[in-house]
Amino acid sequence: MTPAQVLDREGLDRLIEALSARGHRVLGPTVRDGAIVYGDLAATSDLPVGWTDRQGPGKYRLVRRDDDALFGYVVGPQSPKTYLHPAEVVVWAGERTAHGFTMAPPPEPPRYAFVGVRPCELAAIGIQDRVFLGGERDAVYGSRREGIFLVAVNCTEPGGTCFCASMGTGPAATAGYDIVLTEVIDGKDHYFTAESGSERGAEVLREAGAVEAKKGQVKAAADLVEAATGRMGRTMETAGLADLLRQSLEHPHWQEVAKRCLTCANCTLVCPTCFCANVEDTTDLTGRQAQRVRRWDSCFNYEFSLIHGGPHRASAAARYRQWMTHKLAWWFDQFGTSGCVGCGRCITWCPVGIDITAEAAAIRSKQEVV
Amino acid sequence: MSKPKLGVFKFASCDGCQLSLLDCEDELLTVAGAVQIAFFPEASREYMEGPYDLTLVEGSITTPHDLEAIKEIRAQSKFLITIGACATAGGIQALRNWKDVTEFTRYVYAHPEYISTLETSTPVADHVAVDFELRGCPINKWQLIEVVNAFLHGRKPNIPSYSVCVECKRRGTACVMVAQGIPCLGPVTQAGCGALCPAYNRGCYGCFGPMESPNVLALGEWWRSMGVDDRALVNALRGFNAYAEPFREASDVYAQQA
Repeated sequence: MTPAQVLDREGLDRLIEALSARGHRVLGPTVRDGAIVYGDLAATSDLPVGWTDRQGPGKYRLVRRDDDALFGYVVGPQSPKTYLHPAEVVVWAGERTAHGFTMAPPPEPPRYAFVGVRPCELAAIGIQDRVFLGGERDAVYGSRREGIFLVAVNCTEPGGTCFCASMGTGPAATAGYDIVLTEVIDGKDHYFTAESGSERGAEVLREAGAVEAKKGQVKAAADLVEAATGRMGRTMETAGLADLLRQSLEHPHWQEVAKRCLTCANCTLVCPTCFCANVEDTTDLTGRQAQRVRRWDSCFNYEFSLIHGGPHRASAAARYRQWMTHKLAWWFDQFGTSGCVGCGRCITWCPVGIDITAEAAAIRSKQEVV
Repeated sequence: MSKPKLGVFKFASCDGCQLSLLDCEDELLTVAGAVQIAFFPEASREYMEGPYDLTLVEGSITTPHDLEAIKEIRAQSKFLITIGACATAGGIQALRNWKDVTEFTRYVYAHPEYISTLETSTPVADHVAVDFELRGCPINKWQLIEVVNAFLHGRKPNIPSYSVCVECKRRGTACVMVAQGIPCLGPVTQAGCGALCPAYNRGCYGCFGPMESPNVLALGEWWRSMGVDDRALVNALRGFNAYAEPFREASDVYAQQA
């Protein structure tokens, strides 16, 4: 830990260069296809400069800001999960030989650096660490996770579907980063207060030419983050929620959700903590080459719970219930933490705008009447 | 062991799906080496009698002759796979199922009395037992190779029946409906194309037919909230897979209200 420092935009450019020079593939928010998604960063000009996002249930729009903020938006459909737990990865490949078979080791993954990671995303990485590394180390995740460099950005303008304050994961990053930034735009003054969370974070800040922040700058940044807490687009009442859900397995509201639910799996795929994947073994036509491929799967898919005789979660109600109760209740039993970080992606990217906070509230309110 | 005999047959269709087999390019020679092409008029003049170990059937059943022919093909086939939207759902020509065919023939043909056709265009599985249905308009050649590959190795084909959304998310396409307000059938459509249209900022047209648990009316309700009228909903659902039950039933609901 070093005292709070400050960078200007050129300093941030040097920071990206420094990460690149250390052999990282630098990733961060970029604009593509009408949304902010992770992409390669060579300089701050690759960031969504002057863009913001308007988010609501089933709706996302990019809108121009009236300033040149670099981080004036919240999270898009992707998260670091896209890279740490890839959507599709060859686990191993083998080839038949005269006396058996040989196996090729998987290629060495890149060493990623993420710039602009939000506090809820840091929390999500922490949760996936428990999932993939807590017990048996998952090689696919572990080989990508170990050695990453995380530059977090505190949130000063929460989005319409954000509820990190309810889940205790934001809007300020508290741990899990190498560097954390807060962007401040005050008239013509545009700067980033910075703190390191690791020794190499401090080194990179030095390499980027960060200088000690003035008291006023530190206060301005802290005020912005503090104000953000009260400006969340959504709230989730978490007190007793896990127990409430455990006791509500036959609640009629699951059927209500099922009328709207498309079982399309979007909520699980955009969720930064959902980790399910299937493993598929394939051969080529000759039967000489074989490989095992891991792909993102979802508890909303029919085959996910398919056993002899059929899937044991055949209805949409059963699938939604499984997802939501896992996220908010069973996750505690399994991993000792909530599975939800309050990022709001499942609300925004549900094609029909199903809102986990509203569904949880509905189950709670109807409970009280009963 | 002799190579399995392959037969490729077609009914009412554009030939595009069986051409996917010839479009396999690099894999074509391997396929040709693994099977004996016994009947495949698009590829070879050599016609061998049945029975066939693996039969691929393209096209829908639209004439009295088709009705007889498909029964004979079934009788001659150990393993019968239908390929493409025509064979699996009746195809775009199933739009006739909502209209009067004899009226069409009067408009189109100088001598409609020569035309012998059925009232409806129906999928092969409505008439004979089918071992596997491979969806798509056209089918995806990689899925075709997978199905042939699975047959050759005696295993279940890895052909998912979940939504197109899964493919969009895996390839990193931002949802065109959420981010751009473009109506998209992806959430109710089966994967298989690789989410091609959304990757080019187009909504999904439903070429691979209904996904495993389609909630078409819920998606339709959302489209309405986006300003899509019932007539446009009917048109969207009555495409290449119009007669697939979930699309058909939902389109009938909107047609009544339009």
